[in-house]
Amino acid sequence: MNLSRDWSIEQTAAHLRAGDVTAVALTEAALARIAADDERLGAWLHVDREHALAQARAADDRLRAGDEVTALTGVPLAIKDNFNVAGLPATAGSKILGDYVAPYESTATARLRQAGAVLVGKTNLDEFAMGSSGEYSGFRPTKNPWNLAYTPGGSSSGSAVAVAARHVPGALGTDTGGSIRQPAAHCGVVGVKPSYGRVSRYGIFAFASSLDQVGPFARTVRDAALLLQHLAGHDERDATTVPLAVPNYLAACERGLDGLRIGVPREYFGPGIQPQVEQAVRRAIRVMQQNGAEVLDISLPHTPYCVAAYYLIAPAECSSNLARYDGVRYGARAGGDDLGAMYTATRQRGFGPEVTRRILLGTFALSAGYYDAYYLKALKARTLIRHDFLKVFNEVDVIAAPVAPEPAVRLGERLDDPLAMYLSDILTIGVNLAGICGLSTPCALSKEGLPIGLQLLGPAFGEEKMFAAAAGYEAVAGHEWPWPEVAP
Amino acid sequence: MSDKISRETVMHIAALARLRVDERELEALTRRMGEILAYIARLEELDLDAVEPTCHAVDLPGALRQDLPAAGLRAAQALANAPDKAAPYFKVPKVIEGGGDA
Repeated sequence: MNLSRDWSIEQTAAHLRAGDVTAVALTEAALARIAADDERLGAWLHVDREHALAQARAADDRLRAGDEVTALTGVPLAIKDNFNVAGLPATAGSKILGDYVAPYESTATARLRQAGAVLVGKTNLDEFAMGSSGEYSGFRPTKNPWNLAYTPGGSSSGSAVAVAARHVPGALGTDTGGSIRQPAAHCGVVGVKPSYGRVSRYGIFAFASSLDQVGPFARTVRDAALLLQHLAGHDERDATTVPLAVPNYLAACERGLDGLRIGVPREYFGPGIQPQVEQAVRRAIRVMQQNGAEVLDISLPHTPYCVAAYYLIAPAECSSNLARYDGVRYGARAGGDDLGAMYTATRQRGFGPEVTRRILLGTFALSAGYYDAYYLKALKARTLIRHDFLKVFNEVDVIAAPVAPEPAVRLGERLDDPLAMYLSDILTIGVNLAGICGLSTPCALSKEGLPIGLQLLGPAFGEEKMFAAAAGYEAVAGHEWPWPEVAP
Repeated sequence: MSDKISRETVMHIAALARLRVDERELEALTRRMGEILAYIARLEELDLDAVEPTCHAVDLPGALRQDLPAAGLRAAQALANAPDKAAPYFKVPKVIEGGGDA
């Protein structure tokens, strides 16, 4: 049977419907690629062959019967390991979850399953999604398929790599401060952080509840739009999801660039941004302008305070959310003579250094005597940051910017300098603080041969404009470079 | 906000968070946290007196649903991942000193 690892989701779906490939064959091929590559890449934490093939057989039955076939029926996908997929292990990249097997299903994965997608397995991540390089995984680091000496970005490191290495055409991640967009940029794939409230988080391991959002990875903008189409919508199990109708995102991809007003925030360029990154992104903006978009200079004046506000708010919420890991109901318990000693021993043994640091930082920010000085100030700064975006979106449809100040860094380069790693999040975390949507799409290769991403931001629940800009850009710019080959 | 964080403060918050910091890690951890807090002190530059805090970025009216009974996890499923159990209970080390037969 003739099949290609280069197929997008849409191409895969067309071949499945035409009957010239089966879901079982596609799944076998994905499993074979993972078996061949993944020892070097470290993208996957758990691949369940039988579980995947059972879903593939069910999808083939559906396709044969022509029964409720969607564009995802029979398409193999990867799921970040901080989602509960019933019956599969879920670790969130942490040793503290031990041999945890998900007893229930997240809403996002349930929706993909309903559509007939084949969930091949669970992908690696920074522990509890805290990190920007994939190196804080409690198990092993993930490597960048473009160059194995480099990190793939994080925290959704494995999902980005599984798509870039063409194990699967699409994946799920979570984005709390850039954890989808930044690894997408570093791996040369498309990654979408939907608006806060657009996709249910029911069944994901909470990190920072006012910031966390679920989103897709894919190799084309249209594929990402297609995945979001299936994920988006109200869920009574997540009270933060909005009861708004879900627009047709694929139709939005057809809009084109003509007359689209694109804002270019001056604070997202200049000092601290590598010149080759700035040049690549400015070139992409020029291409959009030459194809009918209107480009406006804008300002988001509180950008210099984003990292400071975020690294109080996210750790504060994390310290509260991670209190549940106490060795009582699930996970690996460590010994102790009494309950308190057991809690402490379990947490000390189970959490890695970055998670420990963030719990401490958050506990500090929330503790008596520091709450007003730190946490409350951060919440007020968040208001100013959000108002910057609200104001700008009165004048522009989308915002264009770099995703990260530089392409991927070498393995180990930032590992022992948390502040330097936090500062590299400057261009993505404003989006989470403001609750708006954003995506990363590839726009160039660096002189080292590593991908550079273009970030396009839309207002809250304005995904259509974001997809219009991204698909419009992709249609005229194309994807001129070959996908990376991971040499055996 | 610009107060330097001390080793004692780190030990105190670690105890609050049910974490234990090794003596040999304390020095480096205190230094790293000090660096992060020194950076965060830039929030002092902002005039925030008249600014309302933002806890959530989306203004949603009350999202309460009707309180109707529905199927949830069964006790055996809820206990399946427990490190120690005596069904239908989670088992933990002794909480109350002394005891008796209560």
